[in-house]
Amino acid sequence: MALPKGLDPASAYRTMVRMRLVEEALTQAWADGLVPGEYHSGIGEEGINAGVLAHLSGRDSMALDHRNTSPLVGRGTDITKIMLEVLGSEAGLNLGKAGHMHLMDPSLPAASDGIVGASGPLAVGAAVANQRLNPGRVAVAFHGEAAMNQGMLMESYNLAVAWGLPVIFVCKDSKWSITTYSAEVTGGDLTDRAKAFGLRVRRARGDRVEDVYAAAGDLIRKARIGAGPGFLHVSCHRPAGHFEGDPIVRLLKNPRGQAAEWGPPIVDSVRAQGGGSRSDRAAALTDLAKRGARAARDYTVRSRMDPIRRGRRLLDPASAGRIEAMETIEVETAITVARETVGQRATFGADSGGAR
Amino acid sequence: MTIMKYGQAVDFAVAEAMAEDDRVVTWGEDVKLIHRDLLVRFGPERVRDTPISESAFLYAGIGAAMTGLRPVVEIMLIDFLPVAWSGIVNAASKFRDFSGGRWEIPLVVRAGCGGWYTDGGQHEQALWGQLAAYPNINVVCPSTPADAAGLMLTAVETDEVVVFLEHQLLSEQWIDFLAGGSRPTVDLDHLIPADGAQGEVPLPLEQVPLGRAAVRREGSDVALISLGVGAHRCMEAAQVLGGSGIDASVLDLRSVSPLDRDAVVDQVRKTRRVVVVDEDYVQGGLSGEIAAVLLEADVAAAYARVAVEGTIPFAPHLEYAALPNVERIVAAAAGLE
Repeated sequence: MALPKGLDPASAYRTMVRMRLVEEALTQAWADGLVPGEYHSGIGEEGINAGVLAHLSGRDSMALDHRNTSPLVGRGTDITKIMLEVLGSEAGLNLGKAGHMHLMDPSLPAASDGIVGASGPLAVGAAVANQRLNPGRVAVAFHGEAAMNQGMLMESYNLAVAWGLPVIFVCKDSKWSITTYSAEVTGGDLTDRAKAFGLRVRRARGDRVEDVYAAAGDLIRKARIGAGPGFLHVSCHRPAGHFEGDPIVRLLKNPRGQAAEWGPPIVDSVRAQGGGSRSDRAAALTDLAKRGARAARDYTVRSRMDPIRRGRRLLDPASAGRIEAMETIEVETAITVARETVGQRATFGADSGGAR
Repeated sequence: MTIMKYGQAVDFAVAEAMAEDDRVVTWGEDVKLIHRDLLVRFGPERVRDTPISESAFLYAGIGAAMTGLRPVVEIMLIDFLPVAWSGIVNAASKFRDFSGGRWEIPLVVRAGCGGWYTDGGQHEQALWGQLAAYPNINVVCPSTPADAAGLMLTAVETDEVVVFLEHQLLSEQWIDFLAGGSRPTVDLDHLIPADGAQGEVPLPLEQVPLGRAAVRREGSDVALISLGVGAHRCMEAAQVLGGSGIDASVLDLRSVSPLDRDAVVDQVRKTRRVVVVDEDYVQGGLSGEIAAVLLEADVAAAYARVAVEGTIPFAPHLEYAALPNVERIVAAAAGLE
């Protein structure tokens, strides 16, 4: 495919590399016990984020979900401040009050919400405000395909169309709802669903930033001139699962260890007196096996469709190498500062040590 | 008697109830994976994954309960229940009365709640005080495996609506799932009350009645009143206070609604000093309710409360300071005239 007009492949690649490096630094910090609680990385979504963000400028609004680090990195939020926030420091982007699921950058403006589907109504509200106060500015909601089963997001699609709002819904379809296979709990086709609301619909492949760029550009241009809202469906993958430490990923990486933990109680339960029939129990075991097999396919095989690897092909290797080297230095500097600030705590809690 | 972990005890009680009664079913987000032991015993008809559609699948639980099933609907975390608030406020709370008492709603809403493991202000709330405000909604939060199993058994077997809150810090399932407890680099042991996370459970299971508090420690100088992890923090605080010659009693409410008013009044009549320790918000909730109970019973007492006063911050040290920690409880108790 010829590159779409207006796309600067070096800039898109730089954005994606920066996102990936920040995510990798944070997932490593999580594994090292420096990030408390959960961490949902955006690894695998860089093509989507970079392709959409390339069209945003000035004070266009972003409403983000629990995978919000990469979009903020792409919009230029200070990465040291993001890292400090995620590591639980008062010197962080949100003074240590938010944590990674709720990163806020009013200067963009960008808001994150850990409640699935909430990015939809937030973006709709921003679009109403933009329509009245700042014509020409758009609002973008990022959400997963699983959020399309949440009422408030569906209500937002309708509101966006009914009010003709400058809003674009970007659906990042990883095929997984937390650790449930989305198709198992979803009826119909998602793009058909969006079309039925009257949204202008485009599709793209998330591992091809140029593809996302072209599709998003069309929707965003139209929204900007008042021609109404859009819906962009983009496929993507989720190699780390729902979040770091995802039990299915643990099973895939260490089948023997996980089986030793999960196996005995499962065997006891299958054999237990009282309960379902033999066929109920067999159906349940098939169900679990199917989930594992699907995860193996989606988390590992499909994740070879890496937006960074494909994006690299859009420029010459020497330029790509220069970009990688520069971004690596910046990201390493930032994570070093963040790690030093919180100290090498092995635990968290009040008496866990480390200047935070 | 057998030793069980807290989350295991809850699932054990649900399994007992499901084995006993075919009408008991469960659904919620990721339920098949998280409660895989229930899935493989009872099959995918009775243990269902839901889409991320809280308002629909909670309300559906109400409809199913009115049509012959006895659903245990799992709202992963109580913070997600507000997405489905109308089901609680306008339906589960009201339909028995609207039907003139003819329609029972045997529904259990099961959800994780509570913090200390650093998951931010949208994943660690308690919200039990607000839930307790609505008519016909029982609200419980056990602090031990025995109470967890016993209260769950009661919750499933009663014909009333019960919101069953599992404290996330006590539940090995939630610590593993949400706190990244699987990491060898993380040690939450100093935060997790050991005898809340694991303990003896009577076999066969014994129901724990709704609305009945448990005296965890007798004392004559000050009554510490709490539930969930708060009950354990109070026990620790009582130890510390004992060191300075203050003899504290600890009352574990177990139920927020119905509230065991008699137990509250009894304790405070003895001590004439009371500290309410509440992991929920300070205003419009449990701590104020207990003050009202005492006033209504004409018990004059010096009163203090240690509760959550704002958004629970993410950074571990800020989170710790915002939650009702032992230092805050001790200071409040020692400060009473």
